[in-house]
Amino acid sequence: MFNTSLGIDDLIFLAQGAGMTILVTAIAVAIGTVLGIAFGIFRYQAGPVLAAPVTFVLDLFRSIPLLIQLVLANAFIGTVLRLKMSGFTVACAVLSLYTAAYCAEIVRGGIQAVPSNTRRAARSLGMSWFQDMTHIVLPLATRIALPSWIGLALGVMKDSALVYVVQVTELLKSTQILITRLQEPLFLLLICGAFYFIISFPIARFGGYLEKRWSND
Amino acid sequence: MFHYTFHWNQAFQKLPQMLDGALVTVEIALASMVLGIVFAVLLTGARLSGWRTLSALATGWVEIARNTPALFQIYMAHFGLGSFGIHLSPFTSLLIGITFNNAGYLAENFRGALKAIPETQTRAGRSLGMTGVQAFGWIVLPQMLRISFLPMTNQMVWAVLMTSLGVTVGMNTDLYGVTQALNAISFRTFELFAIAAAIFYAITKIITFGARLLAARLFRY
Repeated sequence: MFNTSLGIDDLIFLAQGAGMTILVTAIAVAIGTVLGIAFGIFRYQAGPVLAAPVTFVLDLFRSIPLLIQLVLANAFIGTVLRLKMSGFTVACAVLSLYTAAYCAEIVRGGIQAVPSNTRRAARSLGMSWFQDMTHIVLPLATRIALPSWIGLALGVMKDSALVYVVQVTELLKSTQILITRLQEPLFLLLICGAFYFIISFPIARFGGYLEKRWSND
Repeated sequence: MFHYTFHWNQAFQKLPQMLDGALVTVEIALASMVLGIVFAVLLTGARLSGWRTLSALATGWVEIARNTPALFQIYMAHFGLGSFGIHLSPFTSLLIGITFNNAGYLAENFRGALKAIPETQTRAGRSLGMTGVQAFGWIVLPQMLRISFLPMTNQMVWAVLMTSLGVTVGMNTDLYGVTQALNAISFRTFELFAIAAAIFYAITKIITFGARLLAARLFRY
């Protein structure tokens, strides 16, 4: 096992895979968060009836395996719409919506956690809805939502391992390619797992720390 | 509107096969959930035991399960154990992978739930003459399971969704595997996977709805 034929080129190949994982995650989390905040506020403001269509669609993203979402989106864009779209674009689009679906839920929870009396007090001081949102709700809701959001971002990074179905070679896929060539599954998988763990673990710990620290007051 | 002719009929003819696959999916998810709860309880016990090595091992399990992709864990069960000469069927690898994942996440939920149970509960049990294990099993455990009922439901949904990863280790009897196999014959990718998606959606809705009914029945008091 320690007599590995893993060369420097292979390590670069793995690093490229890791870069792809991070890139896809960053794009999906960035777009997904913006969309998620919008959807979350909309769902909160519009009330259950008006927001029902949005709720339903977002719920779909959370109740169907990501693998199927990716395959479906790829088939729809490629064979039904006949658009030439790279696997990377499809992967980012699907992952963004997937992130947005979870993020909307977190945002809604955060807003709901702000006591309505606090908000009424703000409005009766003459603040506009927008001022109330930015000066009162945002800081308070962030305390509730940020730890969950960190968890979500890490979850998306782990789930991005599935984008291989749309021909995006991210970390796990590049590991698998190397396994097929070098026939050293355990060693390569350990490298791959270590990479995910090293990124995810400290951030998860930080999220846990924030949650603990912010929950006391 | 589209330059594409949908062949829903062709896909719907495969529905019985796909429903058989859905049954396998639910079976795996249920089995992994039951095993996951058992292991999570053991992990929680190990972390509470105050026995350093045991507690460190349990924490290691939980952190690895929570900080690596589920797909990686399934690969480890299939290819990783394979390099020790342990060759498992896709079904077993998938079950081990998901169980490992479930146990990790559930153990963390249980830890959260434990914080809500006052220390005095254990002490009361101990002062009635119970051993530490008895106090945990009879006093703390039931309350812990009750508090973490909702997270357990979520985890069950996750387990169902995770079964779709089995296809990567050659699983072909679960819903995703069956759909993939049918797709390889007919190439009606969109239609077949849309139906699979609908079945998955139905399964998750049944689980969340069923759990709500169950909770209303179980937690009346």
